[in-house]
Amino acid sequence: MKARIRRARFFEKVMKAVTGGAALLIIATAFALLGYLVYRGAPSITWEFLTAVPRKFMTQGGIWPAILGTLLLTFWTAVFALPVGVLAGVYLSEYAKRGLRTRLIRLSIANMAGVPSIVYGLFGYALFVIALKFKVSILSGSLTLACLTLPVIITATEEALRQVPSDLRQASLALGASRWRTTYKVILPAAAPGVVTGSILGLSRAAGETAPIMFTAAFFSAPPASSVLDKSMALPYHIYIMATQPVRPAPAVVWGSALVLVAGISIINIAAAAWRSRARRKIRW
Amino acid sequence: MKDEPSRNRLGLGRAAARRAAEAVVRVLITASGWTAIAVLAAITVFLVLNAQQAISVVGLVHMLTGKLWYPTSTPPLFGFLPYILASLRATFVALIVAVPLGVAAAVYISEFAGRRVKEVAKTIIEFMAAVPSVVYGLLAVTVAGPLVKQIFSLTSGLTILTAGLILGIMAIPTIVSISEDALHAVPNDLRQGSLALGNTLWQTVYKVIVPSASSGIFAAVMLGLGRAIGETMVVLMAAGNTMTLTWSLIASGRPMTAVMAGEMGETVQGGLHYSALFVVGLTLFLITFVINLAADTVLERQRARWRR
Repeated sequence: MKARIRRARFFEKVMKAVTGGAALLIIATAFALLGYLVYRGAPSITWEFLTAVPRKFMTQGGIWPAILGTLLLTFWTAVFALPVGVLAGVYLSEYAKRGLRTRLIRLSIANMAGVPSIVYGLFGYALFVIALKFKVSILSGSLTLACLTLPVIITATEEALRQVPSDLRQASLALGASRWRTTYKVILPAAAPGVVTGSILGLSRAAGETAPIMFTAAFFSAPPASSVLDKSMALPYHIYIMATQPVRPAPAVVWGSALVLVAGISIINIAAAAWRSRARRKIRW
Repeated sequence: MKDEPSRNRLGLGRAAARRAAEAVVRVLITASGWTAIAVLAAITVFLVLNAQQAISVVGLVHMLTGKLWYPTSTPPLFGFLPYILASLRATFVALIVAVPLGVAAAVYISEFAGRRVKEVAKTIIEFMAAVPSVVYGLLAVTVAGPLVKQIFSLTSGLTILTAGLILGIMAIPTIVSISEDALHAVPNDLRQGSLALGNTLWQTVYKVIVPSASSGIFAAVMLGLGRAIGETMVVLMAAGNTMTLTWSLIASGRPMTAVMAGEMGETVQGGLHYSALFVVGLTLFLITFVINLAADTVLERQRARWRR
């Protein structure tokens, strides 16, 4: 009897170490990844690298057109995806009744989130570039990215809205406010931190995507874009092209670009998370 | 009789105007709610429309079982069995890496770790999920590739194993966070009941918690699988891009996603090759659709169970 207990306790310790080891290994991998990226990328980062146009077949000079392209793509993605995504989240949380129809919408959202990014690329190419004749442009690329980001924004919005206590909802309705007024004046402001942070997460993922913009927006070498109908360089595509150049070893530009992309995405995510936790502390229910 | 002061230009009362606005907003919101279905339907329609030509000229069975893909030879050949197999090989490696590590880590984070460790681990795993796939591809080419080359003394390090290892790392955040959610959702009563009966924490975990969360863990694995099979940049850059019909993991290969990404830019729009690439896309789309459907069905059932 005592031996059995001792064995169980011992086994518990062993399994705690094993599962903890797995967690530690994952964390170590993440740190190694980040460390290596900084180690290889940091030497390339200069003011010129961030603000100049490329020279000598992209191997020297800066990556400004690519940075600008990614910023523009992300901005237009937000313009297209945010209104629809947030309203869809509002629909699911505040308007939709439970039933087959809602279940179908939820199923579509879950499936949209799982569609491979290259399939979005094919779809965007067939619809925006060819059928709608937007050509290879920032417009086509950001519409494609908007489709890809939509499920993330919808889910984030719905979850944030659901966390608003129903007392607030009922109090507002009891005062005679309509459903939309309640949503607009009471629920959305209370849920704003969650909505914004979730949307930023989705948009930052779009900023790092390569496959959807390969045939819809990105171009190997282009001047800084001046209109949404221009094709453009983009950071992820630039990294891909430069990393797979026949010239080896890959020039330092690749690591610099990768660091800029990862650092940009991380900083925006961290800022969003920090803002959310501050905003949450202010709202007390 | 004086006219009512609250009449506006349309001749509606204020309440009526507001009701009209309300109705417009309701239509707008409902329409937005339906966009997900619309986009998914549009994706299906456009894939099918563009795939049609190749399906009718070459034949679907021919393409799915054909072993040779020579789109520019005469006559062109569009068999993509080697590419399907390559997708499966890479995904297999990814799951071997990601499932044991991911589920074990999720158990630790959910059941053993203290609050602070939990927060830190979650943040780091979120960071891993936020790293763009092209950066993982870069690491696959420059770090994992040479490593695999040296270990197995190959002539090239760009193999399915190389790509699969990195795909595994990429699938880990998905598997950890969804498994952790599932474990976390197990009601505390079960945990306390088991502990009160004298079980150790580990006995509780593997006899009570993990079985209760098993459907959620299954869904996590399915979603990780979907992520790995649909990932493009890593396999495009690091799998070697060869048409080889083999089960070997240390051979190179070319998964379906890499075929589309690699060739779409070079095709004549509207041609047979162009259409054949959409057949590949449609195949991949259907595979991931089934995977996601399975995951979602299981998750929904679990949610319904714990809701009570």
